[in-house]
Amino acid sequence: MRTRVLAAALAGLLALGTAACGGEDPADTGPVSLRMTVWTSNEAHLKLFTDIATAYKASHPTVSEIKFDPIPFENYTTTLTTQIAGGNGPDLAWILENSAPDFVNSGALADLSGKITESADLSASAAKLWTVDGKLYAYPFSTSPFGVFVNTTMFTAAGLSSPADMVKNGQWTWDNVVKAGATINAKTGKAGMVVRDFDYKSWDNLASVWRGWGAQAWSEDGKTCGFNQQPMVDAMTFLHKGIFTDKAFPGPGTTADFFAGQSAMTITQISRASLLKDAKFTWDLVPLPTGPSGKYAVIGQAGLGALKKGKHADVAADFLAFFTNPENSAKLAAYFPPPRKSQLTAENLAKTNPLLKPEQLQAVVIDGISTGVVKPSHIGQAELAQAVRAGLDPLWKPDADVKAVLDGVCSSISAQLAK
Amino acid sequence: MQNTFWTSRRRDHLAGYLFVAPQLIGSIVFVFVPLGLIFWYSLHEWNVLAGTFEFTGPDNYDQLANDPKLGSVLTATGLFSAGLVVLNLSLALLLAVLLNQRLRGTVAFRTIFFSPVVVSLVAWTIIWGFLLQDNGGVNGLLQAVGADGPNWLRGETTAMISVIVVQVVKNVGLNMVLFLAALQGVPGDLYEAATIDGAGRWRQFRSITVPMISPTILLTSIITVVGSLQVFAQIAVLTQGGPGTSTTVLVYYLYQQAFQFHHFGYGATLSVLLFAIVLILTVVQWQMRKKWVFHES
Repeated sequence: MRTRVLAAALAGLLALGTAACGGEDPADTGPVSLRMTVWTSNEAHLKLFTDIATAYKASHPTVSEIKFDPIPFENYTTTLTTQIAGGNGPDLAWILENSAPDFVNSGALADLSGKITESADLSASAAKLWTVDGKLYAYPFSTSPFGVFVNTTMFTAAGLSSPADMVKNGQWTWDNVVKAGATINAKTGKAGMVVRDFDYKSWDNLASVWRGWGAQAWSEDGKTCGFNQQPMVDAMTFLHKGIFTDKAFPGPGTTADFFAGQSAMTITQISRASLLKDAKFTWDLVPLPTGPSGKYAVIGQAGLGALKKGKHADVAADFLAFFTNPENSAKLAAYFPPPRKSQLTAENLAKTNPLLKPEQLQAVVIDGISTGVVKPSHIGQAELAQAVRAGLDPLWKPDADVKAVLDGVCSSISAQLAK
Repeated sequence: MQNTFWTSRRRDHLAGYLFVAPQLIGSIVFVFVPLGLIFWYSLHEWNVLAGTFEFTGPDNYDQLANDPKLGSVLTATGLFSAGLVVLNLSLALLLAVLLNQRLRGTVAFRTIFFSPVVVSLVAWTIIWGFLLQDNGGVNGLLQAVGADGPNWLRGETTAMISVIVVQVVKNVGLNMVLFLAALQGVPGDLYEAATIDGAGRWRQFRSITVPMISPTILLTSIITVVGSLQVFAQIAVLTQGGPGTSTTVLVYYLYQQAFQFHHFGYGATLSVLLFAIVLILTVVQWQMRKKWVFHES
């Protein structure tokens, strides 16, 4: 009996030991395996990436595997930095515009200057965020302006003239957008305008509104808070009235999905057009409305960088150059507006965006990229974003004192901005 | 076969050690080593992106002592824990007493109250997130009875209440089952004797039930206090620490500092603080048992 008990204990221990010894890393000298973290899990995107990778492997026999590792968008940067902290960072990574300053200035990324094919073709405004002291640290593979998707079925039902006509007649202004949103909300109970992904938390998406007043979160050099300056106070006062008095925007704690037919308008990027494939309503894509300070455009960006600490940083940078060369950039343009000037034509984009018409692409994408301002970003963005979110929370109440709230935002972030 | 070294006593010992070895190895690898590392990290400034790891001595502890946000974080943590413990334990005990009676349908009710315990925490919380929206199910129900509900997750007080209630409803079943088991261990003749002596129901509850199940009350209160200090998923899903910083509890603040703001050294320092708080509370509760826990063997 005792022997059997002893044997059982030993067996348990052995099983544990075997389990602990699994998963050894292959030796460094073997064939090269690369991993790229991305935030898309769209099958068509991943297939395109894999096709490009297959072509690269064919001409580079030492590279045995290139893996695309999708991480959910909501926690992308957190997951990526946690992987890096755990010594398990990828070889290449997509980087969101809001964490660009942190990554670009940290020294985590390999210098890509001189490695990108025909780099003179890159639009300077697209590359600006990813460049420090003339060195390019990430390739801006997606430069996507914000536009307004409109549900024209709802506009017609509410007896309003179509947004396309309003654009043509110079009436596509924020004042008229709020009027239209309020009318539709009053008549149908559906939401008017939704700033997509804002949800009273991700405030940087509001840049697509406040730029119409010439407002900015902080100054160009990042040192001075812009929240309590007049353009921002005016923009936020307008927004507050639009939410709580006119009810043209759904209030806090209310969700309305444009793509499910729950709102008349939404501000977002063109990549979302794919959600309209089976739409049960007619729709249009128009530029952002004109604000008191005139026409404007706002851009969301994503960069692709090679991590310096990776085991095969050189191979990674080489693959990055291949992935983004003019030929592959043209293929990627199907989903991600390219930074290469020669490829930025409405006809070119229309070929790969069958849901959108050339004139929509011209007005929103091509014109947007040439004049657009990138969403706010700063070193230490996550901490700033959190402080601003907490500071703005009191604004999202019907009786808020806009100026006082915005003063509070500035006092909570100015020390960090000045660093 | 006779072996002079492997006496039956030694073999017994070896078997014992081998049996505890998997658990011991697990504890060392997954508890004690990380715990040691946390202390070590808390003495460093660790910049993940730049790949630097510098010894800074007590700097992080200085920062902790002067952190202007720590006061509100500890207040939120205290409010959450107090609210959760009081509500969870009293509700669990009430349910257990009610469901301990021999009535029709008690088994069905026990199942209903216990079932949230086995639901995935995140799925549970996401669904509550929808229900608690301004135009969500909770306010819909209130409207049906003519009441106008608040915007639960957007008000500072209502957000805290929401997070507590969502957590209580999720876990009250576990404590209820523990209490039920304890209640069923109370000998029935004590109640008979008390009834003969003329004690009412409340008197019986206070003088028989509570003392007899006091070891279980101690156990559940320790589990619930420790669990309440570690709340994370509910906050991350429902409020992200807001509105303002009203629901930024210690674990969520620690997560923000380490994983969102990349201050891993300071995050480690905050977890040392959390460890100290949990340790002190547990020791205090354990010491207090001598005062009020009945018939501990």
